[in-house]
Amino acid sequence: MKMQKKRYVLKFPAQSGDMPLSYHLVKDFDIRINILRAEVWPGKTGSLVLELEGTTTNLKNGIAYLEENQVSCEPLNKKITWDNARCISCGNCTAVCFAGALQMNPEKWELQFDPEKCIVCELCVPACPLNLFKIDFRDN
Amino acid sequence: MSIQKTYEEINEKIRRGEAVVLTAEEVSQMALTATPEEIAEKVDVVTTATFGAMCSSGAIVNFGHANPPIRMEKIRLNGVPAYEGLAAVDTYIGATACDPENPKYGGAHVIQDLVDGKDIELEAWGKGTDCYPRKHIKTIINKETVNEMILFNPRNAYQNYPVAVNSTSQMKYTYMGNLLPNMRNATYSTSGELSPLLNDPEMKTIGIGTRIFLGGTQGFVVWPGTQFNTLKPKNEFGVPVSNSATLAVMGNLKEMSSEFLQAAYYEKYGVSLFVGIGIPIPVLNADIAKNVSIRNEQIETTVCDYGVEGSPALGRVTYAELRSGEIEVQGKKIRTAPVSSLAKARKIAKILKQSILAGEFEISKPVQMFPTNTSLKSLKEVKGGEQS
Repeated sequence: MKMQKKRYVLKFPAQSGDMPLSYHLVKDFDIRINILRAEVWPGKTGSLVLELEGTTTNLKNGIAYLEENQVSCEPLNKKITWDNARCISCGNCTAVCFAGALQMNPEKWELQFDPEKCIVCELCVPACPLNLFKIDFRDN
Repeated sequence: MSIQKTYEEINEKIRRGEAVVLTAEEVSQMALTATPEEIAEKVDVVTTATFGAMCSSGAIVNFGHANPPIRMEKIRLNGVPAYEGLAAVDTYIGATACDPENPKYGGAHVIQDLVDGKDIELEAWGKGTDCYPRKHIKTIINKETVNEMILFNPRNAYQNYPVAVNSTSQMKYTYMGNLLPNMRNATYSTSGELSPLLNDPEMKTIGIGTRIFLGGTQGFVVWPGTQFNTLKPKNEFGVPVSNSATLAVMGNLKEMSSEFLQAAYYEKYGVSLFVGIGIPIPVLNADIAKNVSIRNEQIETTVCDYGVEGSPALGRVTYAELRSGEIEVQGKKIRTAPVSSLAKARKIAKILKQSILAGEFEISKPVQMFPTNTSLKSLKEVKGGEQS
């Protein structure tokens, strides 16, 4: 079976902190997890950025399991917006982007953004002098 | 016989639609196979450009007189303090000015809002005099209501600029962007082989009165810029290897466009203004042809440690290395990133080229050349503020 790697933003309801969800993802669904970012506190809502690797079926079942437990699971790239129309391609954001999601095109020297590579470190948000990045990581 | 052209001959060609105009990047490519003499013969004008944050920017605005009139002795534009010592209803709003209560909106944003035709709140106070009895006014102004708005930038288009790194263990927030600890990134600002004063390093064609592209319209070089320094070390290609000469520029802000004038806020540093400047260089002879042929691998700049007081120099790199994405400084490989827009600079060089080809932009002979022997003084702290 072909393995897939995808990044998701998980949002937990206040009462889910005591459930070993990631254990079940690994054990029951054979999914390899890589925690890129976590903000989970017992008794409060929490967010987690996870890279999930597994077969298409296992990923689908694992995500269904999370959702059954009231954990929302959205692809990471839907949580990031960048106002491309106003971007001047100055490059300030690329200086801090270690994941390589933000890079200058070496021919045109225009900014290229690959949300798939983003690890939501959020360093680009303050680095942009035009304030063009919006990342919806935390619960609103 | 060596080629020698005059400004008038080149302008005649522009008027006849026969001038050959190349961007500085195009002529650098041509120089790979052509000699300076051949370039001087074939090419008439080379266009250069830059689009970077230039803090030393601002605008002069005349509001017109209200009835009854007021001598404005304290002025706020959308809450941003503007200079009040320019007679009754004139002001100068500096790009970096800001209200400490709202530090992310500053003079640069007021300037951009004016250019965009937006309404700006003007509030002013005066003590009340016989000819200006009014003590307070609060009103709305915009591009259409003011008499004049003039961009005047005392120090722009720096001839070269250092690369910034940070050797400390803390993030540094600078006008060269956010510098990661332990030299994990390096930022650079100049547009390299496209940069105006790197293509005319001795300023043989650029001086007071040079007509330029400024913020989307035609403007002028009006003076050598502040901190103008001609004594910085040069490399074997005649290019200063750190920040040297600068230009004071001026133009009609009413005609400009926010496509080439962009307000910016740098985290924990403050407000600045991206300014688009394009300068045409007439190829009068083979010497000038050689200068405009400079390539990124021949332009060097100094790497400075912005984490340490005095920003000490750590080494030298070329623009070809900077553009490759990685430089080596003291044996350490460091990722590089630009902080000025090469894409916009290229657009400006192209627009300027097309304007010249269309006969809409003639080159101008400077009315006075720049000084050739100036250096910089630093500010000495005299004890108690008194002369000893």
